[in-house]
Amino acid sequence: MTTTASFRWREPSILPGFGLAMGITVTALSLIVLIPLAGLFVKAASAGPADIWAVATSPRTLAALRLSFLGALFAALVNTVFGLILAWVLVRYDFPGRRLIDAAVDLPFALPTAVAGISLAAIYAPNGWVGSWLAPLAFRFTIPFTDVSIGFDGKVAYTPLGVMVALIFIGLPFVVRTVQPVLEELQSDVEEAAALLGANRLRTVFRVILPPVLPALLTGFVLAFARAVGEYGSVIFIAGNIPMVSEIAPLLIVIRLEQFDYAGAAVMATMMLLISFALILAVNLVQARARRRFGDV
Amino acid sequence: MSVAVTIEAIEKRFENFPALRGVSLDIQPGELVALLGPSGSGKTTLLRLIAGLEEADRGRVLFGDIDTRALSLRDRRIGFVFQQYALFKTMNVADNIAFGLRSRPREERPIASEISKRVKGLLELVQLPGLEKRYPSQLSGGQRQRVALARALAIEPRVLLLDEPFGALDAKVRKDLRAWLRELHGRVGHTTVFVTHDQEEALELADRVAILNAGKIEQVGSADDVYDHPATPFVCEFLGEVNKLPVKVVGSQAFFGDRPVLGGLSQNQGGPASLYVRPQHLRIVDETPLALPGTVEHLRRNGPLRRAEVAVEGLKKRLDVDLASQVAPAIGERVRLRITHGNLFAAA
Repeated sequence: MTTTASFRWREPSILPGFGLAMGITVTALSLIVLIPLAGLFVKAASAGPADIWAVATSPRTLAALRLSFLGALFAALVNTVFGLILAWVLVRYDFPGRRLIDAAVDLPFALPTAVAGISLAAIYAPNGWVGSWLAPLAFRFTIPFTDVSIGFDGKVAYTPLGVMVALIFIGLPFVVRTVQPVLEELQSDVEEAAALLGANRLRTVFRVILPPVLPALLTGFVLAFARAVGEYGSVIFIAGNIPMVSEIAPLLIVIRLEQFDYAGAAVMATMMLLISFALILAVNLVQARARRRFGDV
Repeated sequence: MSVAVTIEAIEKRFENFPALRGVSLDIQPGELVALLGPSGSGKTTLLRLIAGLEEADRGRVLFGDIDTRALSLRDRRIGFVFQQYALFKTMNVADNIAFGLRSRPREERPIASEISKRVKGLLELVQLPGLEKRYPSQLSGGQRQRVALARALAIEPRVLLLDEPFGALDAKVRKDLRAWLRELHGRVGHTTVFVTHDQEEALELADRVAILNAGKIEQVGSADDVYDHPATPFVCEFLGEVNKLPVKVVGSQAFFGDRPVLGGLSQNQGGPASLYVRPQHLRIVDETPLALPGTVEHLRRNGPLRRAEVAVEGLKKRLDVDLASQVAPAIGERVRLRITHGNLFAAA
């Protein structure tokens, strides 16, 4: 291409290491990420337009994708709120057992996801420790003048709700661990300044404390979301995996693979990949803008 | 209201460290007071106590005749400039300055156009007109400091408190800002207290200086008071340079060894004492009584000042002597020193 004549490598620093670092990066990234993903696209493309369309628009595919993405979104939102509060408590307060809780936050990272899934399923099953308490709480409620009814039928395990419980579990550490260092760095003088200027606590939290934490919170949200979209191990045990109801997209891919429908699996995988990539890219762009603006004081 | 701020017998302890041990101070309306002391002397703790950011273990702070313990932080109406400015980095300059006004309860809050007018006026006051839309990260240190000051002034504070206001700035900017702050104080006239460890800053800027040491106020007074008539040996040693001589007082004379060095003393109890003499109060004289013999060991020049270091027998540390312009001793020369002025403190 001749149109890229104006492009130049960013001037490397006078310190050596640019070539080596760049070489290792490109090689590793290619072997581990880019080539496998390219292979995925090639495989998906081998299906032919008609088949791709059939797989992509089949109700079962769409239901699974919807559950995966909406479930992940919901779980990431819950984790954003809950993880922020948890990080705040860990940073701001000293209480007996603080270090223990701090360490426990990482357990979802370390635990085999299947173990987590089985434990959650056992606890949230209708006869489980938590599940048996939830059953009597069932309610249903029709919004007046509409046909829309919302409610909770007392069951968590083996429903889409169970999927979300598992996704919340595995996503929690991401938010806590990204927000925690930023909260630790927050200078208490900014809070004191706000109080002396007459701001009440609510205003201090929302106008002074949270805005600087927002970029990290957004990162935590994206990580938790990305993790939840691709989560498989813990979900399949608690989800019940009923097609069209509680079947997640990663599971449907595995099912297609087991049926030797490699192209169909690749098409679904490609769809997930593209949607995820678009979402993450959008969030990163928002963040880059915020960073440019506020810099670091 | 004759007194703006009354500090009454404040005691404050952090864990096992006594930060303040019975501090009392009256501050007059419109006065500019410096809290001066070495680090760890309790000056910042005292400032934070006045602001209400710390609670005293004992004693109280009054604004006029209101006990501040009854006031919320908002109702204290304190303008506080933090050492690192504590600007809100996600807000632009205008929003930073307007923060205090917008934090008022709805019924006391000025309308938006009034707020932006006030912000504009304050930015002009601190000589940063037109910077409303900048973010703190786009400002220099001195500009940030002035924005912090404008933000503190926006709430029309009863008292303005500044914590090491020039601590984070380079020498040139410090000098400029010091003169500017003095001039601003003259114009706006807020009762102001600032903390500093820089004696030059305190003496130049403040109407009165309170010198703190180890949680106690050693002396309060004008710059001339504390410099020329130090109340304690600490003040004497902390402010400016000083030579220390162990002497014995007999009658109206002070003796170094068996040699009289200073006469005409009144109201002293006699006995061992420390005589503090500033370098400018030592003069090289021809043979006369009441003189201290010594040997010039070192000569230095510091700007306009010429200084000799004179070794005196029986004294470990050499005496610093400021030289008059026509005097030019050589190194190794034997000289006699006359003490023209000194501060005498009974030996502890």
